[in-house]
Amino acid sequence: MPSLIASKLLDAIPTLWLVLTLVFVALRILPGDPALVALGDFATPEQLALFREQAGLDAPLWQQYFAFLWDVVTFDFGNSLITKESVAGVIGYNLPFTVALAIGATAIGVIIGVPFGVLAAVRKNKAPDQGMRVFSLVGYAIPDFYLGAVLLIVFALNLKLFPINGGGEGFWGQLYHLALPAITLAVLKIAFLGRLTRTALLEVLSKDYVRTAKAKGAPPKTVIYKHALRNALLPIVTGLGLSLLATLSGAVAVELVFNRPGLGSTLIKAIAERDYTLIQGAVVVFALMVVVVNLLVDVLYTIIDPRLGS
Amino acid sequence: MAAVDISVTPDAGEGKFAVLRKLLFGKVSTTIAFITVLLFCILAIFAPWIAPYDPLKQSFLSINKYPSLQYWLGTDQFGRDVLSRLIHGSRTSLLFGLIAPACAAVIGTTLGVLAGFFGGLIDRIVSKMIDLMMAFPELLLAIIVSAALGGGFWNVVLVLTIAFVPGFARVARASTLAVRQEPYIEASMAIGVKTPVIIFRHVVPNIAAPIVLLWTLWIASAIRLEAALSFLGIGTQPPAASWGNIIREGLGNVFGSPWPIIGAGLAITTIVLSINLIGDAARDMLDPNSSER
Repeated sequence: MPSLIASKLLDAIPTLWLVLTLVFVALRILPGDPALVALGDFATPEQLALFREQAGLDAPLWQQYFAFLWDVVTFDFGNSLITKESVAGVIGYNLPFTVALAIGATAIGVIIGVPFGVLAAVRKNKAPDQGMRVFSLVGYAIPDFYLGAVLLIVFALNLKLFPINGGGEGFWGQLYHLALPAITLAVLKIAFLGRLTRTALLEVLSKDYVRTAKAKGAPPKTVIYKHALRNALLPIVTGLGLSLLATLSGAVAVELVFNRPGLGSTLIKAIAERDYTLIQGAVVVFALMVVVVNLLVDVLYTIIDPRLGS
Repeated sequence: MAAVDISVTPDAGEGKFAVLRKLLFGKVSTTIAFITVLLFCILAIFAPWIAPYDPLKQSFLSINKYPSLQYWLGTDQFGRDVLSRLIHGSRTSLLFGLIAPACAAVIGTTLGVLAGFFGGLIDRIVSKMIDLMMAFPELLLAIIVSAALGGGFWNVVLVLTIAFVPGFARVARASTLAVRQEPYIEASMAIGVKTPVIIFRHVVPNIAAPIVLLWTLWIASAIRLEAALSFLGIGTQPPAASWGNIIREGLGNVFGSPWPIIGAGLAITTIVLSINLIGDAARDMLDPNSSER
C-alpha cells in the first residue's frame, strides 16, 4: 500500500508540472501591462522600467519560467500589486475559509445525501424515490449563486436568522456565518450523492451475496448497511471526489454572494483589479488543490477496494 | 453533471422522425419541457418585438418598482424594466448555449477522432490533455482562462469552448476506437481507400449520433456556465443584459428590489431543467441500460 501511494504521488508530479506550465503560459498572454496597472497611468517610463526590473518582468521568458517554478516550490508569490501585501499571506488568510466551506458543504451533502439515496433505493418507485427524482432534477438545474441569493434574501435579509455577509469571529461565529453558504453548496451535493448512492446500491442489492445474507436471516438493516452499502462505496467515493472538486469552483460564486472571505472571492477580486501576482498565486493554489483532491480519491480507492492495488 | 458517456449508436431501424416524435411526445414531462424550450427560443428570436420596454432605457422616476400591471416583474435600480431585460437576456444565454458547445464539438471531435483513429503518440498526447483538463471543474477552468483573456462575446465563447472540448474529445475518441474495429473500415483500408476519405465517409457519420446528443445535453451546461461567468463579472459585460449579470446587479441592489434576482434565476433554472429533462429522455431511449429507473 505505501509503495502504491508513493507511485501515485510520483504520477502527480508531471501532472502538476504541466498544470503550472499552462498557468504560466495563460498568464503571460494576459492583456494589459502589469507595470502600468501597478503604478497607474501617470508613471514615467523610468518608473515603469524600474518596476519591471524589480518584478523580474524584463528577464527573458525562460528565466521568468524557472523563476516562476522556483517561486511555486518555495511558495513565494511576491507581493500584491495593489495592496502590497504578501500574496502568500493573503492566500494563507483566505484559504481556511474556502476549506471550511468545502468541508461543511460536503459534510451536509454526505450526511443527508447518502441516507436519502439509501432510502430511495430501498423504497424504489415509492414516495422517497419520487422525491429524490424531483429533488435531483431541480438541484441540478438551479445555479448555486441563485440559490445562495434566494437563501440570503429569505433567511438573512427578511427573517434575519443568519448574518448577511463576512466570515465571522471565533469558532461559533464562523460556524454561524458558514451555515447559509454551506447549505447552498450542499443542495447540489445532496442531489448528486443521493442519486449516485441510489444507483450504486440498486446494483449491489441484486447481487447473490445480498440474497444469501437475506436468506440466512440477517436483519434488513445489516443487509443494507453492512453487505450492500460497503460494496457500493466505490462509485460513491468517486462521486465524492468529483463533488469536492465542483465545490472548489462553486465556492467562487457562493463566496461572492455572501461576501465571504475565501480563495474564490480573492481570485475574482484580483481579476477585476488585474492584480497580476495575486491572480497567479490564487490560480496556482486552486490548481494544487485540484491535483491533491484527485490524488486523495485515487488513494482512497485502493483503501476501499484493495483489489485495485494489486 | 449533464455530460454522460454515450458510446452506443441508436438503432437505425425506425425512421428518424418516429424516433424524434417518441422522444418528445412519449412522456408528458418531456413534452412540457420541449414546449418550454420552444417558448424561450421564440422569446429570444423576437425579443425586440415581444419585450414591452427598451431593456437599456433608464428612468429615474421609476426605480426599484415592485411588480405591477405596468411592469410585470418590476424595475431595477436604474428604472429599467426587469421583464424586458430578461427577454433580451434570453438572447445572450441561448446564443452562447448554441455556439459554444458547437465549437467545442467540432474541435473536440477532431481531436478525439485523430487520437482514436491513429493511436500512438497523438493518442497519448490527446489523452493526457483530456485527463488533465477533465481534472478541472468546468467553471474553474473557465475562470482561469477568463483571467487571461478578459470578457467580451468571443472571449466568452472561447472560454466555454475550452471548458467543453475535453468531454467531446473523450466521447469521440471512445466511439472512434469502437468504429475502427468494424469490418467495413478494414475493408476500406484493404481496397486502398485514402485515410481522409475513410475518416470523413465512414468514421465521422458513425460517431455523429453520440456527439449530437452530447451537444444538446451541453447546451444546458453552457447556459449555466455563461450565467455563472457573467455573475462573477467576467462574462457578458453590462449594460448588455445576461441572466447572470442581472443577478449580479440585483445582488448589489438587494435592499432595493429582489425581483431581478428572482426572475433571472427562475429563467435559468427553468430552461436548464427543461433541457436536462429532454436530455435524460434521449439518453434513456438511446441506451436503455443507462436508465436508472
